[in-house]
Amino acid sequence: MTLLTVEGLGIQFGGVKAVNDVGFSLNPGEIVSIIGPNGAGKTTLFNMISGVYTPGAGKVTLAGEDVTGMAPFLLARRGLSRTFQNLQIFQSMSVLENVMSGFHLRERGSVLADLFAWPTARRRARAAEGDARKLLERVGLERAAEREAGSLSYGSLKRLEIARALALDPRLLLLDEPAAGCNAVETEEIDHLIEEIAKAGTAILLVEHDMKMVMRISKHIVVLDHGEKIAEGEPAVVSRDPRVIEAYLGAQAKDKAMGEEAGHAEH
Amino acid sequence: MRISPKMATLLTLSVIMLIAPFFFPSAYYFRIASLVYVNALAVVGVVILTGYAGQISLGHAGFAGIGGYACALAPVYLGLHPAASVVFGALASGVMAWIVGRPILRLKGYYLAVASLGFGILVSMVLTNEIAVTGGPDGMKVADLGLRSWLSERGLSLTNGQFWYTITALLLLAGAWLALNLENSATGRALRALHGSETAAGTVGIDVASAKLTAFIISAVYASVSGSLIALMNRMITPDIAGYMHSIEMVTMAVLGGSASVAGGVFGAAILTLLPQALTSFDQYEQVTLGLIMMLVMIFLRQGLLPGLASLLKGRGA
Repeated sequence: MTLLTVEGLGIQFGGVKAVNDVGFSLNPGEIVSIIGPNGAGKTTLFNMISGVYTPGAGKVTLAGEDVTGMAPFLLARRGLSRTFQNLQIFQSMSVLENVMSGFHLRERGSVLADLFAWPTARRRARAAEGDARKLLERVGLERAAEREAGSLSYGSLKRLEIARALALDPRLLLLDEPAAGCNAVETEEIDHLIEEIAKAGTAILLVEHDMKMVMRISKHIVVLDHGEKIAEGEPAVVSRDPRVIEAYLGAQAKDKAMGEEAGHAEH
Repeated sequence: MRISPKMATLLTLSVIMLIAPFFFPSAYYFRIASLVYVNALAVVGVVILTGYAGQISLGHAGFAGIGGYACALAPVYLGLHPAASVVFGALASGVMAWIVGRPILRLKGYYLAVASLGFGILVSMVLTNEIAVTGGPDGMKVADLGLRSWLSERGLSLTNGQFWYTITALLLLAGAWLALNLENSATGRALRALHGSETAAGTVGIDVASAKLTAFIISAVYASVSGSLIALMNRMITPDIAGYMHSIEMVTMAVLGGSASVAGGVFGAAILTLLPQALTSFDQYEQVTLGLIMMLVMIFLRQGLLPGLASLLKGRGA
């Protein structure tokens, strides 16, 4: 059964169509990547699917339920979890507590039980802590568990965010540039981690600039340019698509030209 | 055996409470210390709201007013025992916090500050102007709690000062224990998480609006009980208890001491209650000196006195 269906999704910011009429679908355990030049609307699309933005048009269906524009915390309760391109870490909490917060839905009980530290509350907290440590091991951060999250390197924070998202045991995981700012070794680790997660049955929607990684692990690729879907299909097909090549090379050529222009302006 | 930070805070607090009376030069100091504990209790509530959840309220004295006047009015109009009136006031404050909190907690930062300030002023206006019920600006008498005479009938006779010292110390300990339990629970982590990033808190399934409301209600109950204690201790009450100066005092105590932790909040309450007493020898310069100290602490120890001093000491030790 299809896990996620996106149909005709669109949004405008001040009259500009940031994303227009985008649709695709995703099955359990599948890795689908969204690629496109900078400003193509990838993160905006993510934000609409995950409830951060309310779509102006279209429909998002998660496991048969219409979840269009639903608040993120309600989507989390339906098994959708995500990471952020610009990192959303609880800076003043410890690394361990960041991951434990990911177990919120499983750990939460009555406020009174928490206030009076009833045995049930303590048991829930201990279980969350144990599982959080396991997740930290899985992303290789177990030795940083007690450190303040704000003191971690960028690459470590990326992995911390993935661990926190995994704590929800999601059916659908949205990863926004998980390998950005990571070195080759870290990228490969994240790459393996993503494949493992998918093998365990979690569907993954990925935005990533590392094309080698995208081409290797994705089953299906959706290409965006100027907010519109210009192509989709298997990696091998998409990479040969002339519109995709044009979008990428065109952007590169334009970047180059602008770089030269800027160079001239300085002289 | 390692002592958890929670136990360390509670033990330190208990030891200070037990030892302090031996150093009191006169019976008057029992009263000063009781005031420290009563203020600290309200500040622990502010730590939950501001330190944990990152929300500001400049109207919490309104809840202290509700708690205080509950002890003055409920025995007269409802025939409640003064002790039951404390609970009644706490419930009333909780319900009021729920009603007021739902709309205003959607606001952020200084918008929330101004809206909550408005609530505090509203309560204080009602208490000042409903002269027929509240006695107006002159305030009201408050019934005797009766517990002290009950105890002395059973052979435990305490002076008024000692009695209130014990009551306020025990309630502060209880309040600190609850707040420290909360800090490392699912609810507390949710509050601290939304303080860090509301967006991320939402994606892990935290209902941000309801979590903020929970913090607001809990902290309102702290302020309410603190107000009740002031009323019962003084045997009288005036609308000043709900005045905005009192609200600002609470927030200042929390921020100055270090709002991120219960220990910091209690420390801030102690400093700002004791300092004016100590500075009376400065005569007309008292207020100026107090203001200057507050500014300097905020400039040089931004996290607050307690964490600031702790990191200074640590830096020297290393």
